[in-house]
Amino acid sequence: MAASDIDLGKYKLGWSDTEADYVYKPKKGINTDVVKDISHHKSEPEWMTKFRLNALARFERKPMLEWFARNMPDIDFDDIYYYIKPIDKQVSDWDMLPEDMKHTYERLGIPEAERKFLAGVTAQYESEVVYHKNREDLEALGVLFTDMDSALRDYPEIVQQHFGTVIPPGDNKFAALNSAVWSGGSFIYVPPGVHVDMPLQAYFRINAENAGQFERTLIIADEGASVHYVEGCSAPVYSSDSLHSAVVELIAKPGARIRYTTIQNWSPNVYNLVTKRARAEAEATVEWIDGNLGSKLTMKYPAVVLTGPKAHGEVLSVAYAGPGQHQDAGAKMTHVAPETTSIIDSKSISKDGGRTTYRGLVRVEDGAYGVKSHVRCDALILDEESRSDTYPYMEIEEQDARVGHEATVSKVGDDQLFYLMSRGLDEQQATAMIVNGFIEPITKTLPMEYAVELSRLIELNMEGAVG
Amino acid sequence: MSRLEISGLRAAVDGFEILRGVDLEVESGQVHVVMGPNGSGKSTLSHVVMGRGDYTVTGGSVRLDGEELLGLPTWQRAVRGLFLAMQYPVAVPGVPVGEVVAAAARARGVDPAATLDRIGTEATRLEVRDEFLARGVNDEFSGGEQKRMETLQLAVLEPRIAVLDEIDSGLDVDALSDVARRVEAMTEEHDLGVLAITHYARLLDELRPDRIHVLMAGRIVASGGPELAQQLEATGYEGLAADLGIEEMALRRPVAADPFAEPGF
Repeated sequence: MAASDIDLGKYKLGWSDTEADYVYKPKKGINTDVVKDISHHKSEPEWMTKFRLNALARFERKPMLEWFARNMPDIDFDDIYYYIKPIDKQVSDWDMLPEDMKHTYERLGIPEAERKFLAGVTAQYESEVVYHKNREDLEALGVLFTDMDSALRDYPEIVQQHFGTVIPPGDNKFAALNSAVWSGGSFIYVPPGVHVDMPLQAYFRINAENAGQFERTLIIADEGASVHYVEGCSAPVYSSDSLHSAVVELIAKPGARIRYTTIQNWSPNVYNLVTKRARAEAEATVEWIDGNLGSKLTMKYPAVVLTGPKAHGEVLSVAYAGPGQHQDAGAKMTHVAPETTSIIDSKSISKDGGRTTYRGLVRVEDGAYGVKSHVRCDALILDEESRSDTYPYMEIEEQDARVGHEATVSKVGDDQLFYLMSRGLDEQQATAMIVNGFIEPITKTLPMEYAVELSRLIELNMEGAVG
Repeated sequence: MSRLEISGLRAAVDGFEILRGVDLEVESGQVHVVMGPNGSGKSTLSHVVMGRGDYTVTGGSVRLDGEELLGLPTWQRAVRGLFLAMQYPVAVPGVPVGEVVAAAARARGVDPAATLDRIGTEATRLEVRDEFLARGVNDEFSGGEQKRMETLQLAVLEPRIAVLDEIDSGLDVDALSDVARRVEAMTEEHDLGVLAITHYARLLDELRPDRIHVLMAGRIVASGGPELAQQLEATGYEGLAADLGIEEMALRRPVAADPFAEPGF
């Protein structure tokens, strides 16, 4: 199948194209002028300029949370580019892309994936979306799928009505930073009752050294609509640290369904700090499916705020931490309305000194009766040097809430290895098979191509460490 | 024609010697049964032959068609044609038997697709239901389901020599009969050589071995044909030990020293 043709070698993605042709490259650091410059450069409406400046003020006021600061003592906000624009205009035809970018994307396998079954592709290269194609029948259904900058220009009312309503700029320091300097990201609007039956897809990459990537994604599924959005990420290797700080907002109106699938494979020097939150209105369902590989540090806790009765939220996540990596991931479920339900299923793997942390919160607010929630977190530790911690928090204000929690920490057992080796697998194959089996509850929810990609990525990461 | 030759095999755990010079030979098409009381070293024998790392081999040799297996990793022994059906097959959640067998086929340079096709045939033959093919191998299987699944893998992978470690434990009469019939058919159709290890005589009725060996305190103390089984039936292990003038039937050592010993050891 085509997925196996996609070149996913760990450091094969670690190339770096020339930076010579960049059209616009502001100075490092962030201040009012930089933010105004970005907004001006994008010809944004005044409300967005104000939104950005307001966010910048909040970013500057907010202290770093103590545990954030502890996790990344060396971050320097003045040593990061906040906006880089690689080409002048967006292109909608693959052939119009500059040769080196096309090469980059070909290595990522995008055209292949597109040909297979994906409904539309928005690829983000640096801070602007440079390639975008929308399938015609989606347009015919009234589905809007574009990059965030274009959406602001083309659908200003829908954007203004929803932008920043799930994650306000003051939510946390990194949401504030993103709100001030955001660029690119995806925008999707699905009209009432419309079911998008194939996944919509975007790839993201960071390519310039010290280029922060602050994409902003907003997905709205109107009443009774459904959509599956898939985002794959890979970043090349840098000589110094790079910051990725995205904001993703999902809005599922009554009876709607959104599934958001991410596989991220950042190079080992990226700080990956993403704020993801969804609002699920009455009888709506939101599922976050999250695969975290690579990066120096990932801190990501996809959240669902269940605001309408009988809404349902799920977070399924897989994290892999190799040498020098820390995956601090988890989930948040806030039950505001009665009879809402949620599931959190987290799997983490640590190897060669890698560290994984599950950090999760289930909150049941006063008045949210009949709530059910189940949390399961499983950690697989592959050697003595690696580590895993679990921090499950519960805040329950309704007596009849049924909240379950299961946690396991296991090591790949000698007996499992011996069993598989006795069938003819060598130790590396046997370990990979055990790990893939461990994450199977998550991979089985992915589109086939992504399931294969995730398994392959984990195997390659494990091999890289062995050699 | 294949031949497994075990000669003067000695092995220890934590400095305690469990196998104290074991000699056995199994040829293609033959069925040999090793019987012994608890603690005689039966499971250790199967693990050492397959190369489990927890044991230290302190002497002797294990050869398959003249090639020394000691020193080869477990998977290479498997690829060379040795199979171990385990007493307690461990669960591998999320990994169905098809994945295991396909990977095992690739390791042998065999077309995995053809191998996968045979799983269906074998499942029908061994009455393994589809849900057990779809589930992680051995994951929440009953003892009988585990043994049917071990036998299925044995039949699909077609090794030259199979070591069956307590294949009869945890099986009801019907399941034992199904498993034994399948193994017997392999000895006849594919010239499989079998080394079956058991505590109980009932396996003998099903497998009809060519040779029976009795293991006590890490040594083969008696070998013979069906008449040896009859003698054991009549006198039990203790009676046989007394007849042979053996004082120590089992090895006395701390339970914790061998995590793979059968329960009750």
